[in-house]
Amino acid sequence: MRFAPHTDSDVREMLEAVGLGSLDDLYSHIPSEVLLDRPLDIPAGLSEMELLRDLQDLAARNHHADDLVCFAGGGAYDHYVPAVVWALAGRAELQTSYTPYQPELSQGILQALFEYQSMVCDLTGLEVSNASLYDGSTALVEAVNLARAATGRDRVLVAETLDPRYMEALRTYGRGAGYEPQPIPADEGRALIPEVGDDVACVIVQHPNAYGILEPARDVFAAAREGGARAIQVFDPLSLGVLAPPGEVGADIAVAEGQTLGNHLSFGGPYLGIIAGGMRDVRKMPGRISGETSDVDGRTGYVLTLQAREQHIRREKATSNICTDQTLMAVAAAVYLAWLGPDGLVELGEACAAKARHAAERLSAIDGVGLTFDAVPFFKEFALSFDGRDPARVRDALVDRGFMVGPVLGTSLMVACTEARTRGEIDGLAEAMDKVLR
Amino acid sequence: MTERPRPATHTGAPVRTGDPGGFPATLKDLSRAGRRASSFPSLDVPPAPIPPEHRRSDRSPLPEVGERDLVRHFTRLAQRNYGVDTGFYPLGSCSMKYNPKIAEVAAGQPGFARVHPLQPDSTVQGALDLLWRLERALCEVTGMARATFQPAAGASGELTGLLIMRAFHTRNGDPRRRIVIPDSAHGTNPASVRMAGYQVATVPSDARGLVDLSALEKLVGDDVAGLMITNPNTLGLFEEDIQEIARTIHEVGGLLYYDGANLNAILGRVRPGDMGFDIVHMNTHKTFATPHGGGGPGAGPVAVRERLVPFLPSPLVEQEPDGTFRLDHERPESIGRVHGFNGNFGVLVRAYAYVFGNGGDGLPRVGERAVLNSRYLAQRVKEEYPLAFPDGKPMHEFVSTARPLKRNGVRATDVAKRIIDLGFYPSTVYFPLIVEEALMVEPTETESKETLDAFAESMIQAAREAREDPEILLQAPVTTPVRRLNEAQAARSPKIRW
Repeated sequence: MRFAPHTDSDVREMLEAVGLGSLDDLYSHIPSEVLLDRPLDIPAGLSEMELLRDLQDLAARNHHADDLVCFAGGGAYDHYVPAVVWALAGRAELQTSYTPYQPELSQGILQALFEYQSMVCDLTGLEVSNASLYDGSTALVEAVNLARAATGRDRVLVAETLDPRYMEALRTYGRGAGYEPQPIPADEGRALIPEVGDDVACVIVQHPNAYGILEPARDVFAAAREGGARAIQVFDPLSLGVLAPPGEVGADIAVAEGQTLGNHLSFGGPYLGIIAGGMRDVRKMPGRISGETSDVDGRTGYVLTLQAREQHIRREKATSNICTDQTLMAVAAAVYLAWLGPDGLVELGEACAAKARHAAERLSAIDGVGLTFDAVPFFKEFALSFDGRDPARVRDALVDRGFMVGPVLGTSLMVACTEARTRGEIDGLAEAMDKVLR
Repeated sequence: MTERPRPATHTGAPVRTGDPGGFPATLKDLSRAGRRASSFPSLDVPPAPIPPEHRRSDRSPLPEVGERDLVRHFTRLAQRNYGVDTGFYPLGSCSMKYNPKIAEVAAGQPGFARVHPLQPDSTVQGALDLLWRLERALCEVTGMARATFQPAAGASGELTGLLIMRAFHTRNGDPRRRIVIPDSAHGTNPASVRMAGYQVATVPSDARGLVDLSALEKLVGDDVAGLMITNPNTLGLFEEDIQEIARTIHEVGGLLYYDGANLNAILGRVRPGDMGFDIVHMNTHKTFATPHGGGGPGAGPVAVRERLVPFLPSPLVEQEPDGTFRLDHERPESIGRVHGFNGNFGVLVRAYAYVFGNGGDGLPRVGERAVLNSRYLAQRVKEEYPLAFPDGKPMHEFVSTARPLKRNGVRATDVAKRIIDLGFYPSTVYFPLIVEEALMVEPTETESKETLDAFAESMIQAAREAREDPEILLQAPVTTPVRRLNEAQAARSPKIRW
């Protein structure tokens, strides 16, 4: 497949115009020792038909949420993606554009981002948001950077019930930034209230946490704020129809994985890093921000704003190195949230909670299966423990019976229920698990 | 053939009161109590109460719109946006090339789009095979040993590479303190250096627009962890002394990092590994034609030489003797994880389509034609817009200056705004910082000679107008849905939510 349109005569004419004899001459000033003197060891190019067949073969070798009923969670969920989302976000004028440095030609993207930012504020009850970060884990890393810069303090306290992959990301990036995340112990799956000294920059709680459990976020965040630290919540965007949002529970900064807002599971990405905070921290916010303004004739329009925070202006003094973000996923999220609406958000949240509870009751009733954290409230996912069975083996055996569950967390197996799961599917999972454990 | 952006039509569209010309409302303006697009099946299980201490006490103020308004709204927004599919988009170092539609079809298959990231390895053999093959191909293109796909963009790749440098030096007893970057470097470079816990040491460019070797030698000591550079550099010029640069850094035990933003110029012709680089990041949304998405998502794979492989983020894809694939998490020297899951897999599927669609025979042709287009366009406009470094041989992009127009009161930004009215997306302006009134132009290989000629003619026309009637440029643009926007006001009193 070739996408460069040059005919032989085009090449000839253009070479002549620049006074060269051949395409090789374009590289004549490059030291010969570094020029590649052999063809690339990559198979010859394919026609479109052959390429499609190759990619269809690869796709066919994956199980997925259309052939296995998806009860897997752990930060990525099978919520329903309505048809409008990609019919609109996938439009080529949006998808094939780039950073709106010439805002006059990019009002579509800029306004969509303004609306996305606004809806994140509506959702979280916080004052400001940005135009996206890479994913939930790196949004948390950026929130920590923000907290450390805003408070001038170093220590980072993290509830140990945080998603372990997020904890890994904090450790990895912390080595560059100069901190090591310090776990706050948990009891019965819930964080204990930490001591917050005047060297603590932030206290992080995921609520609902990695075990799906509802944390005493209000109390932990009150302690954080009393100690002068930033309270950071890792939240679930689609829980906020039924759960008190970050602004209400006292979070200063809230981050989330936005995959659930109209983005496909896609084996882990592209996803969407959501961040929201207070106006007092806006000048330390990472990433792009779209702002409303007017043009020379008084028309309303949108521009990238507060750019003095960003790398192309401030370079090593920038709040973050981020340049390309996940803009299109933010646009998709804006479409999704507009589709969902406030009543849809409540209905969806109630459905997730109800179906997860039904699943927990059916599954824990099976001989040899129990809830790891009995009588502790959860939202849409919960942890199961097995008598003497390896949870990974149970997970694998369920695949053979047409069900996807997970992740394995410690000795527990997580099960997640979204609004897309039916009673029949839940009951089917229970039957399958029962058979697997016989 | 000139392509002109069509001004948006507003007949019948709901408008913001008081807005001259009738401009589109926001979703908030369209919201009416009781309207709703979403629908769900009736609840088929008993409801579950939320404990009162956790329950949301109010109703979120999200807008209430029906599906019809929602679709019309975003359709109109799309119509007010210009993409590569609309027309020429010559942003420097962005490689705004055509995004193949077959890549969209491939990535949209349920066998990729509906795969959960935490499924057992045995259930995702196709995805792992795709990543394995793509990794092999990208390592072949760059001359590296292994690669990670976790970084979600180039800047993320830069930081990943710097953390690998830190881990390497720490393992050898001293993490070191400084990273050298040229004064022409893209802003993400120094920002990434700081986030990795290093200090920036800037090396100046010489009269050729290339790294000043003698300045570099004075700057480098054994507290230098490495040097970060793109080649060709941000002026579009090939760093001809790259082997000497590599030697200078390696002699003090430092590592050499290749910023892959300009990889399009050398695709299939020069490999970073053969130039002495130890770590390479690539931008799939540049070189490998994955769509830019209005600002993302992209992907920033990082490839390294053999001795740095142990430090790559985990997990890596491994192939077993029986041919099956698994994710290897048992990597004790790994820097850890730089993304929550596997990186932007959906973007990588598109990169795979591009790489294997072009093939080993097609990729070098991409590079050649990218350079030819740039060299040709630079030649066409150089009288009006002299090259910043006239003795240099521009590769896939060139940097010119609009300085000659300053005496008419016209600046690079005014040229850009007039180009918009003449039907094109303008080049990058005011970067790199070392060139006054910079215009940084990267046509890419997917543009035809006719398009380049039309763009050149518009640039020349703008220069002529600057001399004869500069008001035309100063008033531009006039054909777009909005005219010049007050960015100072937006920064002074930010209004970033409705």
